[in-house]
Amino acid sequence: MMLDKALALGMKEKEYEKVVSILGRAPTETELAMYSVEWSEHCGYPRSRPLLKLFPKEGKYSAQVGEDAGGIEIEPGLMIVFKMESHNHPSQVEPKHGAATGVGGIVRDIFTCGARPIACLDSLRFGDLKTPLARYLFHGVVEGISFYGNCIGVPTVAGEVGFNPCYRGNCLVGVMSVGVVRTADIVSGIGKGVGNPVIYFGNSTGRDGIGGCSILASHEFGEGEEKRPTVQIGDPFTEKCLIEACLEALKTGAIVSLKDMGAAGLTCTTCEQAAAGGVGMEIDIGKVPLREADMESFEIMMSESQERMLGVIEKGREAEIISILEKWDLNGVVIGRVTDDGQMRVLRDGVIVAEMPAASLADPPTYYLPSEEPSYLRDVQAFDFSTICEPDDFDEALRTLLTSPDIAHKGWVFEQYDHMVQTNTVVLPGAGDAAVLRIKESSGKGIAVTTDCNSRYCFLDPYVGAQIAVAEAARNVVCVGAEPAGITDCLCFGNPEKPDRFYPFKRAVEGIADACAFFELPVVSGNVSFYNETVESGIHPTPIIGLVGVLEDVERRLTMAFRNEGDLVILLGDSLEELGGSEHLYLSRELEAGKPPALDLNKELSVQRCCLRAAQAGLLSSAHDCSEGGLAVAIAESCMTGGHGVALRLESHMRRDALLFGETQSRIVVSMLPCRLPALQSIAAECSTPLTLLGSVEGDRLTMMVNDLEIVNQLVAELDNLWRGAIACLMK
Amino acid sequence: MTFAVLVFPGSNCDMDCHHVLSNVLRQPVDYVFHHETDLSKFDCVVIPGGFSYGDYLRCGAVARFSPVMQAVQDHVAAGKLVIGICNGFQVLLEAGLLPGAMVRNDCQRFVCKYVNLRTESTDTPFTRRINKDAVLRIPVAHGEGCYYADEQTLRELKEKDQVVFRYVSPEGVVTPEANPNGSVENIAGICNAERNVLGMMPHPERCSEDLLTSVDGRSIFESLLAGSV
Repeated sequence: MMLDKALALGMKEKEYEKVVSILGRAPTETELAMYSVEWSEHCGYPRSRPLLKLFPKEGKYSAQVGEDAGGIEIEPGLMIVFKMESHNHPSQVEPKHGAATGVGGIVRDIFTCGARPIACLDSLRFGDLKTPLARYLFHGVVEGISFYGNCIGVPTVAGEVGFNPCYRGNCLVGVMSVGVVRTADIVSGIGKGVGNPVIYFGNSTGRDGIGGCSILASHEFGEGEEKRPTVQIGDPFTEKCLIEACLEALKTGAIVSLKDMGAAGLTCTTCEQAAAGGVGMEIDIGKVPLREADMESFEIMMSESQERMLGVIEKGREAEIISILEKWDLNGVVIGRVTDDGQMRVLRDGVIVAEMPAASLADPPTYYLPSEEPSYLRDVQAFDFSTICEPDDFDEALRTLLTSPDIAHKGWVFEQYDHMVQTNTVVLPGAGDAAVLRIKESSGKGIAVTTDCNSRYCFLDPYVGAQIAVAEAARNVVCVGAEPAGITDCLCFGNPEKPDRFYPFKRAVEGIADACAFFELPVVSGNVSFYNETVESGIHPTPIIGLVGVLEDVERRLTMAFRNEGDLVILLGDSLEELGGSEHLYLSRELEAGKPPALDLNKELSVQRCCLRAAQAGLLSSAHDCSEGGLAVAIAESCMTGGHGVALRLESHMRRDALLFGETQSRIVVSMLPCRLPALQSIAAECSTPLTLLGSVEGDRLTMMVNDLEIVNQLVAELDNLWRGAIACLMK
Repeated sequence: MTFAVLVFPGSNCDMDCHHVLSNVLRQPVDYVFHHETDLSKFDCVVIPGGFSYGDYLRCGAVARFSPVMQAVQDHVAAGKLVIGICNGFQVLLEAGLLPGAMVRNDCQRFVCKYVNLRTESTDTPFTRRINKDAVLRIPVAHGEGCYYADEQTLRELKEKDQVVFRYVSPEGVVTPEANPNGSVENIAGICNAERNVLGMMPHPERCSEDLLTSVDGRSIFESLLAGSV
């Protein structure tokens, strides 16, 4: 029965009925396979599309919102394109190749539009690192990113890694890539020109990844299911050759449109290019280079074999393009042509195996899903902090924070990634709140890139948590001296068909949309990943934000390290008495409770403007935002990266644990030569930014006095050893 | 001085080397694709880092059979200069132009970070502008950079002053902690007995500009140019 097959492919009964009504008959096996992948959540976004329309598309920098990747114009004629995508389920099933092919796919989205990929970032989440499963996945995912990213010569420059038991059965692997392209050279995915040939580029087609998007990515994990065959295997060497071949081929001007065969492979690239151009397409899959000759037609159409592209070429210029592909030892085969009848027609050696309106594939049904506030929210938010007493030993509490895998130095991760190839990485990973790249093609400009999301905040309040993700990402790039310019997102949530799971998604999207509108940040691209849950638990809502900022003069970049003995240490922004959602509360009490830190968008913008103006004026020696672990951890990190001590005198009436470890937003710790203080004060006054002198950079110890009582006194070198060694120690 | 930067399928530091030679040092540079056979118009050949032919089988093992490598052999025999960086060093070892072999890092992981190198020999065209024992900060980025040579080869290397760089502490001391990959005797770079071929794992092209974290790599390229005038 075809209906049973449709259900097995992950379709709903109603969707099957719609297919029958479009075709006016029962679909063939190949047609059914094509609809199932194109209408899956992973490809067609039927469940998230209505909400994603809320995202703003414009900002200060001219933006282009794209399907493969969008971008911002950093100077006339020069665009930075970027996009983030998840590869969660494949990585849980097969961590090395799951993560590796995540890198491959997102990088292809960048060069598909004609841009040279110049950086990758990774946002990773795993279960408790003390468990063998989390260590196995963490090890494998990092190895996979290293294996693939290093070989293709694209530096992995930034990212984040977080650990929480909620990710135990469903790790998150969000991969972002960034590219640079002259606007005149941008290529679209709009197939046009009746009679133009359709060329298949790259690797041959095998049985790997069949149903990856419809079965693996669009359903919850069941227990003990064998899904390994749905994971693709990556070949970074072929990808590197494909990058060079595509960029060379695009220079000829003979390519009308180009699309990466990612999720849903040949099905997606053919029908989406045809639908976008309002044309039809006819291909003969008998011509597709195959790894195994006996592949079924539906397998060829669904395969997610990696390192493949499909392009529409100007008629008569096939040989030119094929010779470039051959130079790089890649397949280049004409498999079809653009037609005028709007039909997607798939032949195999002359016999029709599938035929349907191309537009119908690219236009999945839309679902408006119900949402309902989850019952846990009120309980966790109502937590009474007066039941928690201050730590007896603040030194010990600080050391505990610094060795928490969430806060510990991530050298074990980023030293496995080539983060310097292409020689653009001006601020290296770990040195600043964001990585900074110079743009060789520009007039002295640079970009800052970061990813950010505190999923504990989103668990406690998805709207505020998502806003904080945007605010903190923007603050991160401000701290290296860049102006926030545009974002991409990777929205990882549970099963949207459950109203209490859809609620956090809806609220997070609204939070991102409102924050982006306020900060005038366009959302240029993005990705939604639902069904991140297992039988036993769901993940925290995790809307990961990738943000690109622009440095008008890359020489004016900043790092977090205290640089000079005698520099003043200053806090921009106010500290509030907040402990909700803090890492300190989690580590000391295993509690994820309270409200997340409050976010006042006006205050946030004021602090960011003040810091950015001071950075651009060259007033600052360092800047570092207060995030997980609060003020004390921010100060310690500036000490450890700079190899300097600090003496701070704080005056406050609030709880000392909240003062040191509370995670109030909109705060930046800066250091500067004392003679520059008046200039900073006047900028702060103009921006209405609160400014507090905390102390100065001195000696080799980190000391903190609160109301004349010394509560922290630590040798920086000792803290540094703990901080840098913590993850390696757990991974031994 | 005229430079060739070789390009194998999978090379990924070719553009970085080209950038430094052309835009920083203002020298004439051409890319030379792996199937070409004539290098006669070049003074110095740069074999860049990357993953030539995917580094399948063994790093550099396939590249040595490419047509351009015969031309490199002729270029070396004519006494002209070759510098192999990272994967380029591996290719030179596989091609027999330098002695020894490269195995997987002892930590079993890819390592990308800044290291300190002590200049052991200044009697080469690549280091003549560097002070003996000067410590250079230059990054490494490799998974198979553990240099190995047998006792006899090591003795010969040392007797003929062919060890050019060693991994050291910031103070210039050879220590196990300073060695990022387990290389025998902390060896990071060697030259041939004729002193016209240098292989080194660290990447001088990644630290030759003021904007980047270090400029120490530049002294190697400047040494080359100092000989041409």
